[in-house]
Amino acid sequence: MTHTFGAYGGRYVPETVIPALDELEAGWREAREDEGFRRDLHQLLTTYAGRPTPLTLAPRFAPEKRLYLKREDLLHTGAHKLNNALGQALLAERLGKRRIVAETGAGQHGVATATVCARFGLQCVVYMGAEDMRRQAPNVERMRLLGAEVRPVEFGTKTLKEATSEAIRDWITNVETTHYLIGSCVGPAPYPELVRELQRVIGDEAREQLLAVEGRLPEVVVACVGGGSNAIGTFTAFVDDADVRLVGVEAAGAASLGTGRAGVLHGARSSILADADGQIADAHSISAGLDYPGVGPEHAALRDSGRAEYLPCTDEEALAAFHRLAQTEGIIPALESSHALARALDLEEELVLVCLSGRGDKDLAEVLAR
Amino acid sequence: MSHAQSGDAERARAEPGSARWEPTNEIAERTRKEGARGGTTGSPALVVYLVCEPETPDLAEAAVEGGADIVELGIPFSDPLAEGPTIRLASERALARGMRTARCLECIADVRGRVDVPLVPMTYAAILEAYGYERFVVDSRAAGATSAIVVDLPVEDHPEVPRIQLVAPTSTEERIAACAAATDGWLYLVSVTGTTGARETVSPALAGLVERTRALTDLPLYAGFGISTPEHAAAVAELADGVVVGSRAIQVAEDGPAALRDYVRGLREAIDRVAAPS
Repeated sequence: MTHTFGAYGGRYVPETVIPALDELEAGWREAREDEGFRRDLHQLLTTYAGRPTPLTLAPRFAPEKRLYLKREDLLHTGAHKLNNALGQALLAERLGKRRIVAETGAGQHGVATATVCARFGLQCVVYMGAEDMRRQAPNVERMRLLGAEVRPVEFGTKTLKEATSEAIRDWITNVETTHYLIGSCVGPAPYPELVRELQRVIGDEAREQLLAVEGRLPEVVVACVGGGSNAIGTFTAFVDDADVRLVGVEAAGAASLGTGRAGVLHGARSSILADADGQIADAHSISAGLDYPGVGPEHAALRDSGRAEYLPCTDEEALAAFHRLAQTEGIIPALESSHALARALDLEEELVLVCLSGRGDKDLAEVLAR
Repeated sequence: MSHAQSGDAERARAEPGSARWEPTNEIAERTRKEGARGGTTGSPALVVYLVCEPETPDLAEAAVEGGADIVELGIPFSDPLAEGPTIRLASERALARGMRTARCLECIADVRGRVDVPLVPMTYAAILEAYGYERFVVDSRAAGATSAIVVDLPVEDHPEVPRIQLVAPTSTEERIAACAAATDGWLYLVSVTGTTGARETVSPALAGLVERTRALTDLPLYAGFGISTPEHAAAVAELADGVVVGSRAIQVAEDGPAALRDYVRGLREAIDRVAAPS
């Protein structure tokens, strides 16, 4: 497996968890070659999660274009996060780990993790910033209903960055019994590659579906980027198609790729929001899932190579796209996905694929309060 | 790789401005020469950790007066994954007071002017990544530092930074051997599977880790994480060549240099009692 993506990636973690990363990597390598594992995962994705998700044309949202939405919002639990959570839970079972820790920002990964833990009978602890618990209260209730313990993180910015640090500290302390079910393509190797491989089903399906209806590949593929898991899962299927433009959309106040610098955060070298001394800077976004000063190392490498480009989107632009999709297509998107929708409208390309990574029910209170 | 020999007493003195420095872990060298394996002739080393802050020169001087053989000086990072609440909060406070890398190196130089024990900077890869790995080696040495501890930099990475490696109860034999080969002077045994912070008792995992590590290396072994009382220090001194105290020292230092000196003296006496022939 790849530990680095260009100049990025690696394993910047205390020695205590290095053996667990080796074990995870070996376990994943075995599992992916194991027909039984692949069959179990496929079975869960189809009969439990609801894959394949549809591809929906959005003619009223983008009348000048043929803009298709990859409907991860229709996946069980309401976001793409479940693809990764199911795969990692199966892997944790194989490794004999019966306790799961996770971090969550918007709560979607926390809900996905709580869901798979309920399904597999695993103990589940989710760390969540106190500010995010306020912004995403319905997801906190959902996690608790599913039997997870939600532990508030009360220090620093009280958002995803601190929740991730606390989840890693829990993992360091309980590593012998606990699997860290990371929610995005970030963290020390092998997590970025593991999460990409579990999320690539999004792009693989969309590519096939689009070829079936349009007979050609999209001109551009657009996805929002916080840590970047729905984007990497969508891009991977198209990365070798040189004519397909790949566009990631970051929250303007959390543009790790657009305005960040090389640095180390949460176990990997990537492009991050930090000052000249390497101290991590605060991110700001209306969307809790994008409110993170780091990004997956593979995105930093894709940016450097020029294969993908990363554009910013303001809170106001995302909110406008949120309302527009609701009113033109009858689909309430997650605020995270609304960033991708907003930028997709401005692009000059006509045939557009957008990953609609999640549904927006969780965001109603936040949006209506504005 | 020459860095792998860095615990070797015969290692050559580096040229001025070179990224490599001489094995200035005098205490480790002395510990090893005197064969102080939980001590018959020499006493196990006492290492005290403090975060670089404006008061740190006074505190470090007090710690040395109390009997510290080595002072670790933390260069704070905003997101320190290996730290429990005490050191995390101390780091946040130091950063809020402007203790960025350059100020911390000045702090180390100030401490150097007051005490003559080894001063070991302890920090995270993010700090070196931003400052420049080789530049940090040169500048920290110019400030009077000895070696370094970089908590989240795996043994394989950045061999140009001579540093004390950490091994943990979860480390495999293979990794312990690799850390022993690469370390600079002594090995830091992380006594618990977990983060830093005072605990009720000495971790039962430490004895096993000492035994496994002893089987693989003759290097001095200093144990830290979770050690806070004279009783803990004595128990650890029975097993290891040195005792590292961090979180509790920081808590005591809140009450000023005199309190820290008394606390360190209590640890020193407990360790020396273990080492003294009965």
